[in-house]
Amino acid sequence: MATLDAPKIVMARADYDDSYTLTRYLETGGYLGLRKALSMFPEAVAGEVDAASLLGRGGAGFPAGRKWSMLRKSPISYLVVNGDESEPATFKDHYLVERDPHQLVEGVIIAAYALQVSQAFIYLRGEFALGLERVQQALNDAYEYGALGNKIFDSDFSLDIVVHPGAGAYICGEETALIEGLEGKRGFPRIKPPFFPAVTGLYGEPTVVNNVETMSNLPWIVMNGGAAFAALGGGRSAGTRLFALAGTVKRPGVYEIEMVKNTFRDLIYDPALGGGITKDRAIKAFIPGGVSAPWFGPDLLDLPLGQDEVAEKGSMLGSGSVVVFDETSCVVRAAWRITKFFSRESCGQCTPCREGSGWIERAMYRIEHGGGRMEDLDLLLDLCDNISPGLAWPPQQTTICVLGPSIPSSVNSAISMFRDEFAQHVNEGGCPFD
Amino acid sequence: MSHLRNDLRQRAEELVALYPRKRSAMLPLLHLAQEQDGWLTNEGIAEVAELTDTTPADVRGTASFYEMFHLEPVGKYMVSVCTNIACLLQGGEEMLEHASTSLGCPVGSTSDDGLFTLEEAECLADCNIAPCIQVNHRYVRTTTPETFDALVAELRDGKRDHDIPAHGTLIRVRRSGGLRASKSDVATERADAKAARAKRDEENK
Repeated sequence: MATLDAPKIVMARADYDDSYTLTRYLETGGYLGLRKALSMFPEAVAGEVDAASLLGRGGAGFPAGRKWSMLRKSPISYLVVNGDESEPATFKDHYLVERDPHQLVEGVIIAAYALQVSQAFIYLRGEFALGLERVQQALNDAYEYGALGNKIFDSDFSLDIVVHPGAGAYICGEETALIEGLEGKRGFPRIKPPFFPAVTGLYGEPTVVNNVETMSNLPWIVMNGGAAFAALGGGRSAGTRLFALAGTVKRPGVYEIEMVKNTFRDLIYDPALGGGITKDRAIKAFIPGGVSAPWFGPDLLDLPLGQDEVAEKGSMLGSGSVVVFDETSCVVRAAWRITKFFSRESCGQCTPCREGSGWIERAMYRIEHGGGRMEDLDLLLDLCDNISPGLAWPPQQTTICVLGPSIPSSVNSAISMFRDEFAQHVNEGGCPFD
Repeated sequence: MSHLRNDLRQRAEELVALYPRKRSAMLPLLHLAQEQDGWLTNEGIAEVAELTDTTPADVRGTASFYEMFHLEPVGKYMVSVCTNIACLLQGGEEMLEHASTSLGCPVGSTSDDGLFTLEEAECLADCNIAPCIQVNHRYVRTTTPETFDALVAELRDGKRDHDIPAHGTLIRVRRSGGLRASKSDVATERADAKAARAKRDEENK
C-alpha cells in the first residue's frame, strides 16, 4: 500500500477550482513564505534550501541548494525559470503553471532574494496558452499586491519578473538552448564548457536556471524549514515529488507523493493513485522517468521512487513521468514513435543525433510496418552505439547536449527486453498487435 | 507606416522595453505578428527586424526553427493532434486519422475553406486526457470521434470564438505592471546588500 500521509507541498490547493487566483492564494497562506524570507538574510534563505536537500525537478536531479551555493562566490545576474516542459508524457509543470501560478511566482521571488538577483525570467512553453495567461495574471496581481516590483513589502529588495513565451521546440528545455531562445535566437544548445549557465549564461553573464516544480517547493520550505522537507522521503531523495502517470492505467494523472517511501507498484496500482492497469490487463513494461530513460520490466515494480534507487538499476527518475505499457501495447511501435519524436526534435547541430535519429526511425518504421529484416536488429544496436558508445547508463555523449544520448534508450530497451517481439514483426511481415 | 496595428505596435514596443537587450523580444514579437496576420508575412517579419535591430533574414532564420511560427498561411484554426507515446497508447493515431477525414484535409495541410490546418503534434503535456488535442493552442479535451466532430461543428458556427480566439497565443497575455525602480536604484540596493553580507561574513569568522 502506498504511503500517503505526507503533506501536500506543491499541490495543497488542488481541490479548489479557483486555485489560480490571488484571493484563494492569500486565503491559503500565500506570500507568507516570501514575507518570512524577506525577514531573513539572503544566505539564510539559501541555507534552508540547502538543508532541504531539494533535488532539481527538471530531469537531471542536481541539488538546488548546491547549485546556488556553488555560485554564491560571484554575483548572479539573472534567474531563469525553465517552464518549457516538453519531455513526452510529462505534464506536472503544466499543472503547476495553470493551477497554482502564484505559488510559482512566490517561489521565484524567494529564489531571487536568496540569490540577490533583480531580474528573473519565466520561460514557458508556447503551447501553454492558458498557462501564459495565468502566470502573467499572477505577476500582474503580485505587482499590485506589492509582492513584486519596487521595494517588495517595503523591504530593500526589488525584482522584476518577465514571462517569456517559447514557440514549440523540445530542445529549448535544455538550459543553454533555453537561454538562446531567451536571447531571441534559434534554440541551439551551447557547448559546455565553457557555456555553463552559472558561469556564462544569459548575455554571457552568470545565470541560475531552475525548473518550475523546484521553484514551487520554495514557499513551503521557507515556511516550514529545510529540515521538515528533508525529513520526508529518504536517502538523497528528500521531500515529495510530482509524478505524471500516463499510458494504459485506469487513473492517469499528476500525483504528489513522498519519494522513496513509495514504489512504482504503489504509484501504478494504489486505488488512490493509478488504480491499476486498464481493463485489469497485465503490465508489460514501464518507462520510469520520461522517454529519455531506459525502460523497466514488471520485475522492478517494487523499486522505490528514489533518484539513487532508480539510477542503480540503470535508468532515471528524470522528469517524473511514468508511462505504462500493458500486454496489448506494441513495444516496437512505442519505441518507433519515441525515436520519431527525437528525430523531429533534434536541433541538427551534431551529426550522430541528426542523422542517427532519422536512420533509427526509418529502420524501426520498416520493422513495425512489415518491411523489416532480422539483421535490422544488429543495425539498430550499432546505430545506437554510434550515438552513445557502449550503450551504458549514464550514457556516453558524442553530442553537444543530452538529446543525442537519450535516443538509444527506448530502442535499446525494447530490443533487449523484447527481442522475440521484434522477430515476430519480421517473420509475420508486420505488427502482430494490429 | 507600421505594418502592425496601433495597439499591437504599442504592445510590441512595451515588450522590447522589458528585456535588457532588444533581440530577446524576438519570440514574443513573432507571436504578435502572427496574431495579426495569422502567419509570418514579409511585412510582419520586416517589422520584427526593425523592432529588434536585426535583419529580416535573421528574423526568418530564427522563426523557421520554431514549430509554432508559420512561414506560410494556415487556417483560422490550427488543430494539433498528439500521437506521442502517451497518446499513441490511447488511440492518438486513430484520432489523427479521424480528424483528417472529418476536417477534409490531409495531415499537414489546410482545408479548402481555409478554416482548419491539421498537424500531427508532439507531446502537448496533457497526457491524462489522451489523445490530446489543441486548437490554436487551447486544450479542447475531446478524446472521442463524436466529441471531436461536435467541436468542429461549433468552430464552424463560430460558437467558440470566446475561448478559442483565431491565432495568437498571447492574445490575452497582458502585462499591467513593471519594475518602477530605476537601474541605478537597483544597483545601489545590490551594492548595499553585498556590503552588508560581507560585513556579516566578517563577523561570523
